[in-house]
Amino acid sequence: MSRILVAMSGGVDSSVAAALLRADGHDVTGVTLKLWGGPQDSGCCAVSDVEDARRVAAQLDIPHYVFNFSDDFERSVVDPYVLAHATGSTPNPCVACNRTMKWGRLLERSRQLGFDYLATGHHARLVTTANGPRLARSVDAAKDQSYVLALLTESQLSDTMLPLGELTKTEVRAHAARLGLRTAAKAESMDVCFITKGGRQAFLGARVPRAPGSIVTPDGVEVATHDGVDRFTVGQRRGVGVALGERRFVIDVNAHTRTVTVGGRNDLLRDRVHLTDTTILGTPPSRDVVLAAQMSAHGAPVDCTVEGDVVRFAAPQPRVAPGQVVAIYDGDIVLGAGIALSADAA
Amino acid sequence: MIYLDHAASTPMRPDAVAAMLPFLAEHPGNPSGSHGASRVAKTALEAAREDVADVLGCEPREVVFTGSGSESDNLAVKAAAWAAHERHTELDGVVVSAIEHKAVLGAAHRLTDSGCRVAEVAATLAGTVDLERLARAIDDRTSVVSVMTVNNETGVVQPLQVVAAIVRERAPHALLHTDAVQAPQWLDIGAATRGFDLVSLSGHKFGGPKGVGVLVRRDGVPLTPLIEGGGHEHGLRAGTQNVAGIVAFASALRFTHDNRDTERARIAMLRDRLEAALADNLGGVTANGDPDLRVEGALHVAIDGVEAETLLVALDGVGVCAASGSACSSGAIDPSHVLLAMGVARERALSSIRMSLGWASTDADIDAAIERIPTVVRRLRERAA
Repeated sequence: MSRILVAMSGGVDSSVAAALLRADGHDVTGVTLKLWGGPQDSGCCAVSDVEDARRVAAQLDIPHYVFNFSDDFERSVVDPYVLAHATGSTPNPCVACNRTMKWGRLLERSRQLGFDYLATGHHARLVTTANGPRLARSVDAAKDQSYVLALLTESQLSDTMLPLGELTKTEVRAHAARLGLRTAAKAESMDVCFITKGGRQAFLGARVPRAPGSIVTPDGVEVATHDGVDRFTVGQRRGVGVALGERRFVIDVNAHTRTVTVGGRNDLLRDRVHLTDTTILGTPPSRDVVLAAQMSAHGAPVDCTVEGDVVRFAAPQPRVAPGQVVAIYDGDIVLGAGIALSADAA
Repeated sequence: MIYLDHAASTPMRPDAVAAMLPFLAEHPGNPSGSHGASRVAKTALEAAREDVADVLGCEPREVVFTGSGSESDNLAVKAAAWAAHERHTELDGVVVSAIEHKAVLGAAHRLTDSGCRVAEVAATLAGTVDLERLARAIDDRTSVVSVMTVNNETGVVQPLQVVAAIVRERAPHALLHTDAVQAPQWLDIGAATRGFDLVSLSGHKFGGPKGVGVLVRRDGVPLTPLIEGGGHEHGLRAGTQNVAGIVAFASALRFTHDNRDTERARIAMLRDRLEAALADNLGGVTANGDPDLRVEGALHVAIDGVEAETLLVALDGVGVCAASGSACSSGAIDPSHVLLAMGVARERALSSIRMSLGWASTDADIDAAIERIPTVVRRLRERAA
């Protein structure tokens, strides 16, 4: 029996995670993080998700607490998110939150409180290899969330439990229904949790000063204007707002000159991506080994090789937006990840 | 379980429980009816009102029963501001201390919707409302001034009589309200709130039931009801009275009043013993607010090197119930607005916890607390990253 702190969001996954650990006889405590929203949001943190988590915990007869990390969340997740968009890159706030909040402050607090493990309801597996603990894809490929955890270190993984990794989402819902959990039929959250009303553009619009600039072709010909680079992401097609008669993609965003470059699909293709903040667990793979790179939460993995901070694709790929996480897999196992840099000229 | 959260809610006194039971089951009457069953309820209700008035040093007709301390605060602040504005449209200023309970702060801020100007007056590091700032905030357009009797976090007693003098001098038309919810165990309410037009109380803070409050409204003070209906409570608060709760409220208030001096002395010894033990066993434990101004049941301290949120979980794990800041309904802890308004640094505020004692606190509680709390704090400090 271990003492386990379960991060309970109030959704079905973390509810079932807590229930399964409890059923296995562990000493389980639930915690819900208050990350965002004050009185002006949903009414003084009496958010219904917290209430759901609390009631599931009561049903499981486990203690439940709320940790208020909203200051840190703003500093470590929201502010960098806004700054990244304002400077022309495309951050992944869920990855940032997992690193700095759940496996940052929360894991630190969990250790301080003497818990053996921190558990979450992520759909990913933890496997033990000869080289240490590793993260692996969920058995439910469609729900796999290993990508958003790909930057976790061995030390973090050692203190982690992911009870849902061997289950499909259907099985998770079946467990929830069998256990009579009130969250069994709850809809999934899909989007960036702190952006509720009006979407990304409205959120950024309220936080990034408007800074008009040009939309140009790869040859430097201005074809339109825009009112801020934060509206654009490399690879974006929709909303580019350029009527040129053919499909256009954003192929570059230069926040310094406020220039957005658009081009055809071929202009977007790259044969490599340079990473920063790269975490590779264990011995770095040989540069000859064919691995797989995944560039977005639900993106398809593509063949690649890795040498230091450079990921080379077996076949040219649409350019990875700077700021995006590139997760490296060997089969189902996560070897590590890094964050795409803009220096990717062929 | 070591219960050190009496300022949040204290157990009901057994005599109060006994007093209310007949009115839960045996006596079904609605006090507003005209038959025998109603007469039983009405008689009990009015006897309770007389008892409460006697303890508080006011007339029975000045006692308005409500559903909670928060309701009393809202009725006092909102209804008084509206009534003042109705009589004299130039009266639009609401002045509250920044260390008020959220019920007062919330009610005051809601009044900005109806065109009121709201001023929050900061406190000093001692934990008392800053009287110079208070004087500056009050002008001849001030309609309501609200300063609590005893702060619910630090336990610091506020200088109500000085506040009253300032208000009478600078804004003779203004109505004076005090939230005395934390006071009955420690102070004679009638004496402490002399000169105040409106006084809020809550049953479950001194051994009565949850869900019963009182607003003392001095004769002639105009109020507009929040809840309209059948004219209950002199037309100020509609709704069939919670007879059982009111009877228990009166019983607990009477007991509290009659035993105040001995209880204060007893609880002071417990509190002082706990405080001394924490100081002796742990470095870096310091009181928030002036210790000489605290009520006997209050022990609000900053504990260096631990976050309150973590400490409360660890304490709960060993059966010690304490509190911090203003936990809202979700249980998330925000840095205490009271400490921040006193000028306490944010980091210190986030390392501060409230331990509060009450009538049910025993020597054994304090023995166990002294045994458990330092162990937990030391462990957390060792493991701090």
